[in-house]
Amino acid sequence: MRDRFKFRPVCAVVVGLSIAGLIGSVFSARGDRSGPPYFAVVNARIVTGSGPVIDRGTVVIAKGLIQAVGANLTVPPEAWVIDGKGLTVYPGLIDAGTDLGLPKEESSETTSTGPGRRRAAPSGEIAKSPEDRPGSSPWRVAADELKSDDKRIETWRNAGFTTTLSVPDGGIFPGQATVIDLAGDRSGDYVVKGMASLPISFKPIGAWWGFPDSLMGTIAYVRQVFDDSHWYAQAEPIYESNVTKFERLPYDRTERVIARGVRDNEIVLLPANNSVQIMRALRLADEWKIKAVLYGGQQGYQVAGAIAAKKMPVLVNLKWPERAKDADPDAEQTLRELRFRDRAPSSPAALAKAGVKIAFYSGGLSTPKDIFKNAKKAVDAGLPPDAALRAFTVDAAEILGLGDRMGSIAQGKIANLMVTDGDLFNEKTKVKHVFVDGRWFEVHEEPPAEKPGDHKADSAPSSQPKHSASEEGVGR
Amino acid sequence: MKVRLLLALILFVTFAPLGLRAQGYSTQTSNAILIQNATILTITHGNIEHGSILIRDGKIAAVGTEVKASDGATVIDAQGQYVMPGIIDCHSHIAVDGSVNEGSISVSSMANIADVLNPDDISIYDDLSGGVTTANILHGSANPIGGQTIVIKLRWGKPASELPFQGALPGIKFALGENPKRSNFSPPPGVEPRYPATRMGVEETIREAFIEAREYKKQWDDYNRKKAAGDQNLLPPRRNEKLEPLVEVMEGKRYVHAHSYRADEILMLIRVANEFGFKVRTFQHVLEGYKIADEIAASGAGGSTFSDWWAYKMEAFDAIPYNAALMTERGVVVSVNSDDAEEARHLNQEAAKSMKYGGLSANDALKLVTLNPAIQLGIDNRVGSIEVGKDADLAIFNRDPLSVYAVVQKTLIDGQVYFDREKDIAARPALEKEKQDLLAKEKKASEEKKASEKPDANPEKKPDQKKKHPQNSEDNAGAVAEGGR
Repeated sequence: MRDRFKFRPVCAVVVGLSIAGLIGSVFSARGDRSGPPYFAVVNARIVTGSGPVIDRGTVVIAKGLIQAVGANLTVPPEAWVIDGKGLTVYPGLIDAGTDLGLPKEESSETTSTGPGRRRAAPSGEIAKSPEDRPGSSPWRVAADELKSDDKRIETWRNAGFTTTLSVPDGGIFPGQATVIDLAGDRSGDYVVKGMASLPISFKPIGAWWGFPDSLMGTIAYVRQVFDDSHWYAQAEPIYESNVTKFERLPYDRTERVIARGVRDNEIVLLPANNSVQIMRALRLADEWKIKAVLYGGQQGYQVAGAIAAKKMPVLVNLKWPERAKDADPDAEQTLRELRFRDRAPSSPAALAKAGVKIAFYSGGLSTPKDIFKNAKKAVDAGLPPDAALRAFTVDAAEILGLGDRMGSIAQGKIANLMVTDGDLFNEKTKVKHVFVDGRWFEVHEEPPAEKPGDHKADSAPSSQPKHSASEEGVGR
Repeated sequence: MKVRLLLALILFVTFAPLGLRAQGYSTQTSNAILIQNATILTITHGNIEHGSILIRDGKIAAVGTEVKASDGATVIDAQGQYVMPGIIDCHSHIAVDGSVNEGSISVSSMANIADVLNPDDISIYDDLSGGVTTANILHGSANPIGGQTIVIKLRWGKPASELPFQGALPGIKFALGENPKRSNFSPPPGVEPRYPATRMGVEETIREAFIEAREYKKQWDDYNRKKAAGDQNLLPPRRNEKLEPLVEVMEGKRYVHAHSYRADEILMLIRVANEFGFKVRTFQHVLEGYKIADEIAASGAGGSTFSDWWAYKMEAFDAIPYNAALMTERGVVVSVNSDDAEEARHLNQEAAKSMKYGGLSANDALKLVTLNPAIQLGIDNRVGSIEVGKDADLAIFNRDPLSVYAVVQKTLIDGQVYFDREKDIAARPALEKEKQDLLAKEKKASEEKKASEKPDANPEKKPDQKKKHPQNSEDNAGAVAEGGR
């Protein structure tokens, strides 16, 4: 099941403590927000994402927001001016599913004592019923565990990504995913929306001795949790107005948190990569009365119409299926597998054509270079380039419920921008500048003089950015 | 909303994979089909030589020697061939995504096979090639009370939502004996074995679950009664996905299919079922059924057994190949099942074995895989014999299906040809070519990728890197590994 984010059980407390320490040390080295809050990129080609392309125009940034965008703008006197001659301004890109900024979990897969079901027992308590709430920590919020010294934050940002949906790992309800912007002094600065979505995994966790140990058991468990959450939402007000009449309601974190999420119409991320999983997820989303978004979507080319009919958005995993690197070269390849690997990159085109709103996510790809290379494959397979850009920007923002504040270059939107010297999907294009929440980052091509981890002061724009900031450029 | 669903369905079918080998078959839309010149084994009305079957709108419209094709009917000439009702496999685990067992707990009735139907399982097509048209898809036997089960038609190429046999009651798997008491499975060190560990414990587990379910039903009945009486301040009971299917069992809305071997445990379950007011619909395997055939018949349960498969564990030592015939003689409705995707391809031969062992007539032998499993699954008004008004689920063999030389030529479900041996064979070269082309394409892409990555391994840079990173540093190891992969 290559479609899922990697979920692993957690020891939240230990992780939390260690992050607190790490964040402290990193940010003390970086200092406070510095540099001017006013910028103007002039004479640039502006791909606004929401309106027509402006061939030669200006974007004015003030205090983290886009103050103005247009062809004939007066640059405010207080703004730092960046000459955009020969450059293109795009909305900052959104990676709609990654573990960027999240602590690496200890692997739960303890030493194997044999194949399949005879693996050693997972650590921790073994669930014996749904009431034990196996693999469930929906109260965890990625925002609270951010690890801003994750080197990939800088790598992603230098490639033009300004925003990610960072999805926690581990279990069936691993915790709430958070939308972060990729810059800040303190971890709180990064967080755009803490409880942005509730990811679900159908990966069985019990391995034959703990509940659930099968796909159907996992689905049954999730169904019971939604039942319980709906029940709590119904029962709580009845109890509160009749406290002398009923036994008090038991405290169950899982059902309480999910009841709140369902009430607030929070997005639930359902795993759905192949056509069977997609059709199943469409049915379950209806049954569970949740506002669902599918993730995976790589066999969407087979069932695009059905997804469109449900108006269900899809986060498409850009980690296209490949033959396993260590696969037996003589092993029989089925036509089904071959077709899937061949056609997966055509899914975004098929989905977009059917009218499905899609966003892209890196899904474990290790470099932005791979993200763009794989997005290019989708374009080569028929996805119009402007649709690909939307999947990285405005549509991603809208799917995440943040279309009112990010995803395009328009007045009042968060000043998340990438400035390039060419077309986004051209391999030779280089990212020159990135703005995250109105903070300016200049991107340089020279390789770092030191190991990336040794840079401390390079992230905050300074008065001589070209000398102090020597971030690794991302040639694509 | 319904219109939208329909639209989704239509769109899905349009885009749906037609399968690797069956491409194009399932889209046949002709309204009327005439199968002519065949020997028709009706099961209920004897055999008809040189007979014809007219199919209209997926149903059998006429059967006999004088049936004429209506205008525009597709004619299948079955000269020298045999048509029998589509085979029904009363114990199957095909078309399931993921494990068929939720084995972690003693009562796993919240798990539902219907949630994980996998229409892409190639076993569906394999079994069609053996003339199977309907299968009872069961949860495994790891628990005294297992998961919910569903009857499907093998509509290869259709999405999961179109597999279920509409109108068939859902079921639930029970299991007795060695599997639920985990006799032949041991947990890893440090993990407590799961309860129960004895046959007594299996009985206790089932009884306790039904006591719980009875209590659960009462809670809801009380709540609904008070609510109907106008009481506003009521705390609703929680829904319980484990107990709801058991309530359905007690209400007769869900069949119990009980995996069982020994006579004593079969009698035990009949008693427990009586206590809670439900009937066991089928005993599955039921290898010692011949010892207590009268009791099984009296309980109203069917027996779904193997033809000649035994001694694979202690509780299967007393099995005999006469089981199906002996139970039949004593009035039990008996079917022979596969429990296995491969065996399902020759259930006709499995049925024939009861002619040798026990002397069943040819027709009674065929009943073991047609009408009888249909009765056991409560779908005999729809399938299981060739009669006017029944679903046109048919298997066409080149010889008498009870012969070991018989090979399926075509399999029809609802009047649509889902398997056609000639077309299958004709389609193979093109599919093989597609496969080879895709393999070549992948190979070319991977070679191009390697070629484009080579310049990165610039030899001049290497010494530099080594200076910065100790040889065993993670970065360096990563670089080497990347090249190596």
